[in-house]
Amino acid sequence: MTLLLALVIGCLYAAGIFLILRRNMVKVIFGLILLAHAANLLIFTVGRLTKGIPAFVPEGSGMLTGRFADPLPQALILTAIVIGFGVQAFTIVLFKRTWLTLGTEDLDMMKTTDEPPKE
Amino acid sequence: MLFYLLMIGFAISAAAPFFYRRFRAFFGWIAVSFPLFLFFSFSSFYPRISAGEVLRETVFWVPSLGINLSFLLDGLSFTFVLIITLVGAAVFLYAGTYMKHYEHAARFFVYIGLFMTSMLGLVLSDNIAAMFVFWELTSISSFLLIGFSHHKEQSRKSAIQALLVTGGGGLALLAGLILLSGISGTMEISELYPQHAMIVSSPLYPAAALLVMIGAFTKSAQFPFHFWLPNAMEAPTPVSAYLHSATMVKAGIYLLARMNHVLGGTALWQDSLLVVGAVTMVCSALLAFNQMDLKKLLAYSTLSVLGTLTMMIGIGSRLAIKAFFIYLIAHSLYKGTLFLVAGTIDHAAGTRDAGVLGGLGRAMPFTMATAILASFSMMGVIPLVGFIGKETLYASILELEEWGRYLIAAAVVANGLLVMITLVAGIRPFFGSMRRLPSVPHEAPFAMLAGPACLAFFGLLAGLFPDFFMGAMLDRLASSVLADTLTFRIKLWHGFNEVLFLSFLTLLCGMLFYAARVKLLPYLEGRHIPPVLKPSSWYDAALAGMLKVARWQTRMLQNGSLRNYITIIVVTAVALGVSALAGSFSAFPEIPALDVTFYEVAIVSIILVSILVLITSSSRLKAVITLGVTGFSIGIIFILYGAPDLALTTFAIETLGVILFVLVLYRLPRFTSYSTTASRVRDAVIAFVFGIFMALMVLFTVSGELDSGLKRYFAGASLPEGKGRNIVNVILVDFRAIDTLGEITVLAVAAIGVFAMLKLALKGGSR
Amino acid sequence: MYSIILATASRYLLLLLQMFSLFLLFRGHNEPGGGFVGGLVAAAAYALYFIANGIAEAEKLLKVDPFYLIAAGLLLAVSSTMPSLAAGMNVMTGIWFDTGTALFGKVGTPLVFDTGVYFLVLGVTLKIIFSLAEGDLQ
Repeated sequence: MTLLLALVIGCLYAAGIFLILRRNMVKVIFGLILLAHAANLLIFTVGRLTKGIPAFVPEGSGMLTGRFADPLPQALILTAIVIGFGVQAFTIVLFKRTWLTLGTEDLDMMKTTDEPPKE
Repeated sequence: MLFYLLMIGFAISAAAPFFYRRFRAFFGWIAVSFPLFLFFSFSSFYPRISAGEVLRETVFWVPSLGINLSFLLDGLSFTFVLIITLVGAAVFLYAGTYMKHYEHAARFFVYIGLFMTSMLGLVLSDNIAAMFVFWELTSISSFLLIGFSHHKEQSRKSAIQALLVTGGGGLALLAGLILLSGISGTMEISELYPQHAMIVSSPLYPAAALLVMIGAFTKSAQFPFHFWLPNAMEAPTPVSAYLHSATMVKAGIYLLARMNHVLGGTALWQDSLLVVGAVTMVCSALLAFNQMDLKKLLAYSTLSVLGTLTMMIGIGSRLAIKAFFIYLIAHSLYKGTLFLVAGTIDHAAGTRDAGVLGGLGRAMPFTMATAILASFSMMGVIPLVGFIGKETLYASILELEEWGRYLIAAAVVANGLLVMITLVAGIRPFFGSMRRLPSVPHEAPFAMLAGPACLAFFGLLAGLFPDFFMGAMLDRLASSVLADTLTFRIKLWHGFNEVLFLSFLTLLCGMLFYAARVKLLPYLEGRHIPPVLKPSSWYDAALAGMLKVARWQTRMLQNGSLRNYITIIVVTAVALGVSALAGSFSAFPEIPALDVTFYEVAIVSIILVSILVLITSSSRLKAVITLGVTGFSIGIIFILYGAPDLALTTFAIETLGVILFVLVLYRLPRFTSYSTTASRVRDAVIAFVFGIFMALMVLFTVSGELDSGLKRYFAGASLPEGKGRNIVNVILVDFRAIDTLGEITVLAVAAIGVFAMLKLALKGGSR
Repeated sequence: MYSIILATASRYLLLLLQMFSLFLLFRGHNEPGGGFVGGLVAAAAYALYFIANGIAEAEKLLKVDPFYLIAAGLLLAVSSTMPSLAAGMNVMTGIWFDTGTALFGKVGTPLVFDTGVYFLVLGVTLKIIFSLAEGDLQ
């Protein structure tokens, strides 16, 4: 499975970078989200995969021993997911605001800070 | 005690505007209590210092790095402390009246209080890091004060010039001090003293000594860094009197004196100081020859004196250190006075042009008396302290065998020019016939007279009873600079000898120069030194070049296109990563066994297909749905590999994310294609390479065994210490709760940002 | 696209989902769940209600501006780090009480912290959704 996940991570990164290089702002946002997924999976995979044994201390036992999934990457990813959501919401709103103000989603039309020409 | 005095100083400076607003009418009398308080507080140490005691005090700051606020009060720092507070008292009182017609005068007192406290910190610091911090603080307060009239372009320009020159020198000094602490293994200056022999023989010694010297030369405006000081005369006159003649410019001199026993005794140190000091002494006095502005004239004479002081340390004999000490005190007293008098003249007559001023004596008798007293000290007329300073100076130069003859000639010429400057700037404005002036001159108010008059009078007292006022301090200072217990006697009268003859010769020269100046001035008008020879034009060229490079690289690197940034970042990251990996991994990563089940393959396939649909789709809704599918599939992977918390969160987030997208996107038209095919192919190549690189990174990383101590720690400590069985949750809310706290704060800020962007801006100028 | 079935169902679903979110929050220390996911589920419940009944109804149901939820959550989280100071320990050290009842089990400051997270996440998500939905009407 590690091999397959490496493939998935590679594809997510490639698609994310490809989308983030587009001129269309919505695609850039999609790209950002894919990159966030890629980074989360990267941390998850690099922390080693352990199938089916979550990091819970069993009832009636003082501590967890044996094979179990590493909880630390999970905690990091959980934080990253929620922050990623905040970033996603922010970029979506940014896009909406841009659309309302400029009426375009082409990033190349937004390179200047000057006032847009008045119709 | 020393530490608290400094902290009180900073606190009082910050509180200045509060008092200023309430007691504006007589603020000078309140302000003067601040330096006087410090003066008397420090004076209480006098009996202990003069008995040879050295006070040390340490307040821990970053002890693990050796960075502490440690202070040292010995003869050298005590001398400076007294000069700073005493001249400070005169200046504060004077400024209380002088600054009244300036805008933001309250701010002025904050800056100058900040300066005084930092300057005290600088001369008291025993720790390299603390000294550097105070050193830079004086540079910054000097910048703020030179640029005080910031509506004038010349002020801003001069302020930046002074900051860049002294700040650049400060960096050199920092490098030098770090080298020194590297050589010796200590950050405390007093601990450097016993290691003198070891430091001097180190291979890093020349670099350290040169860097320290550059720092001192920039601060004390030695050639070729002298040009910022005359330009700094843009500052209000109290600043020129205080920072740029009596105290701050002497910080470099102080540093040289402080380090003399650590770095000195070598040909490199002594000869550099001797040569640079002598060149500054002569050249800057010559540059004053055709100046007309009172303050500029005084500034060039200050440069010349600073050069002389540097030269004294360069000579480094006992007599030279004695001359250094007396000259230092004499200069602070008379030059502070003369600057303040120049300010009074400017105030009363409305001009500082030496060519116009004349006959002010009748209108301003007390100012004239003060000016003449200070001028006599500067010219070296018996019985003022300047006379003793010059006598000792000549005597110490005459001791030199090899260079003595040339140096004494140079010193007489330079001092002759100083006499000329004094005649032009200190004496001439009060005599002769009065010309038409911009305003009718009047005697200065008492508050502007008291300070300079006291300083000038101290010059007389110190000249009449030199041993009483200065004897004990000289012994202590000499033992700090030379690390030797010495006893000097200072006398006013040494009898009819060679030195006395030279003093008369100097006065004679000065009068001759004055007469020559009057004759030559018309010829010198409009003549300038060719720019190639002027260090200030080197500075201008360097600054212009730097700005050009900065503009060029901004144009190249920051062209406002997100795509260019990302391309550069990605390509650089891949190139660096590959070159780093190529060295450490010779073989291709070990491919993990492909032990997969059917549903795992199915999920991965779903993810890959939805990614493909996402990047090719031209429908927004389709894209949003495939994005959701990708997210949910990743959530399933989390479930399969023991992360139910992650899966739950992912599911919730994906649901909400889709709602957000739908809220915004559902009314927009289909995607328009903006990119050309060529750019799409190029981006695809970049993306493909990066994807491969990241996949390989994963394989490289997982090919080794991971033995995580943290994993074991959290597994063991979760229940006993965190009282929870869900280890991920315990990490989030207990072990690493501060991370979570930071994270939710970020979320709150994001919500405020979203709100602001949508609500507040819509009310403003949206179309 | 008002649907009477969805509108009616969403009222009961809202209650159900809210109870579920609280359940996730309180068992989060020992079983899957926690403040983050609890807050998100609660937000999803309101989002469902908003889709079914419109933005005005949803805001009316909530009664307070979501900013108050954000502020309350942040305040709760920050203040949960303080009791340890009073007890003479480092900031953020967890303090626990055993209530002895089966319903609450052990109660401690980390649980308060997690509750703060819950309210904050709920508030942030709702604020964003409501802002977007309101802006849409203009």
